[in-house]
Amino acid sequence: MRVWPIFKKELRLYFTSPIAYVLVAVFFFISGLFFWSIFDFFSKASMQSMMNPQFARDLNVTDGVFRPLLSNVTVILLLLMPMVTMRLFAEERRSGTIELILTYPVRDGAVLLGKFLAALALYALMLVGTLLYAGVLVYFARLDWGPLATGYLGLLLLGAAFLAVGLFVSSLTENQIVAAIATFGALLALWIIGWSADSVGGTWGKVLSHLSIIEHFDSFAKGVLDTKDIVYYLNLTIVALFLGMKSVEARRWKG
Amino acid sequence: MIDVENLTKRYGPVTAIRDVSFNVAPGEIVGFLGPNGAGKSTTMRILSCFMPATGGNARVAGYDVFRESMQVRRRIGYLPENVPLYTDMRVAPYLDFVAELKGVSRSHRKAHVAEVMERCQVSDMQNRLIGKLSKGYRQRVGLAQAIINDPHVLILDEPTIGLDPRQITQIRELIKSLAGEHTVILSTHILPEVSMVCSGVIIINKGSIVAQGPIDTLVEQFFPASRVHAEIFGPPEAVRTGLASIPGVTLVVDGGGTQDGLGSYLVEAPRGRDVRTEIFMLAAQQRWELRELRRVGMTLEEVFMRIVAGEETGPSEEGTPDGAVPVEPEPSTLTAEEVER
Repeated sequence: MRVWPIFKKELRLYFTSPIAYVLVAVFFFISGLFFWSIFDFFSKASMQSMMNPQFARDLNVTDGVFRPLLSNVTVILLLLMPMVTMRLFAEERRSGTIELILTYPVRDGAVLLGKFLAALALYALMLVGTLLYAGVLVYFARLDWGPLATGYLGLLLLGAAFLAVGLFVSSLTENQIVAAIATFGALLALWIIGWSADSVGGTWGKVLSHLSIIEHFDSFAKGVLDTKDIVYYLNLTIVALFLGMKSVEARRWKG
Repeated sequence: MIDVENLTKRYGPVTAIRDVSFNVAPGEIVGFLGPNGAGKSTTMRILSCFMPATGGNARVAGYDVFRESMQVRRRIGYLPENVPLYTDMRVAPYLDFVAELKGVSRSHRKAHVAEVMERCQVSDMQNRLIGKLSKGYRQRVGLAQAIINDPHVLILDEPTIGLDPRQITQIRELIKSLAGEHTVILSTHILPEVSMVCSGVIIINKGSIVAQGPIDTLVEQFFPASRVHAEIFGPPEAVRTGLASIPGVTLVVDGGGTQDGLGSYLVEAPRGRDVRTEIFMLAAQQRWELRELRRVGMTLEEVFMRIVAGEETGPSEEGTPDGAVPVEPEPSTLTAEEVER
């Protein structure tokens, strides 16, 4: 499996074109805004709670700042992840380079995996950047590292699933814009599918809420590690990668 | 080195190629010739393992392109039409990436990439973005990525398209220098290119192979006659009978333009028989004024046109219709006479 050269090439391409820089800049700008407003709100709330000790007992930085921050980050991811993956296959199809790469002695799976890992690495880089916010908080208050760690694990798994879905969609089209919009649509559908769970109720309601891509994130943010949630994200990632694999292979089978 | 048997490819209801069979011997450079949409690229895509055929077999470097695709892919270099390259990468890192993917071992990759860049004359551009390169350099980078794994077989789809004449010459020289150690199949619709670079030719039209073999054999096969163009002042009827009575002349075609007795005629005789002296003698004898007398060269282009256009009527049919002015060879194209040498 020659995953490594593909991985290196994709990562290099992210940073030779402006895409990665713009994505990272927007990501930090928006998440910074979120952090600032949440932090501001929290510090005002703690100020007020000094008058009301009853209230202050429930205040803690991890719950008060980091949990809402991570939830907000998931919204940014919903918007940005499609743009991380949109070019991965669509651009190769548009420019025809796919014809070369698929006639080199590499397996289709290695190409797919290399691309996925490169996108994941770029995303991980963004996540590492947000640790800066944790650094700011540690300066002012005591942080609960447990929920923070699970929160990040959740973000990583969620992002991986987003990227896998995006990679699959990108393999279906030669148009990057189409890839981005369709990925966004697919992710948003997976996101809001759980909203009607309560009104549907019963078994179907449970199924819907289980399918929801964001329901599973809450427990991570709360500091709860549930295998059910981990398995959900891993499943989604693997299924999407498998579909992507089939979509790349399909060209070899079309009559 | 390349064995193709009854290859067929259908895209839905459209048949791109039908029952294509040919062989290419090791070390040969073969031109794959045909009009646009004849199925050249389809065939090359199948040979390069990019897509499977609907029917038939193809073996490249001794391996089946479908069942042993990895083995084949290790042994080929492929340059698709329009040279798709990563425009955001620089030349040297790009070639290094390809070398790594193609399994050039780490220890001598750097030296090897440098050597290939030298050979394809892109060394002085190695730190440029591929997207900023001129078409000629891009083409050479494309060739470099194809030969970087020292492939047994090179598959080049329209390697000189869109280049200026000087660049075309350079690319041709490069391709010629690859012969011997590599077996090359290159597609083109520029006919002189085939006569300059290739030892053999495969002509494909509407998805089927219509002719194949060494170039001079093909010219001979499709142009069994040598032609002479003559412009003579004289009574048309008498001139025509006079010309036809020259021994060996098989056909006299009236070229038209008989105002005030001047007529142009196309005289065909078997290949190797020169009837110009006899025509001159005839004109002198009859006191007809002879304006022009020259051999009409047969270009590969005409062979091609004849094969492609005359497929229904068959190649042995006399091509030029009555009254038609014979096609004059373009100055840039090689005539059959030149090819024969």
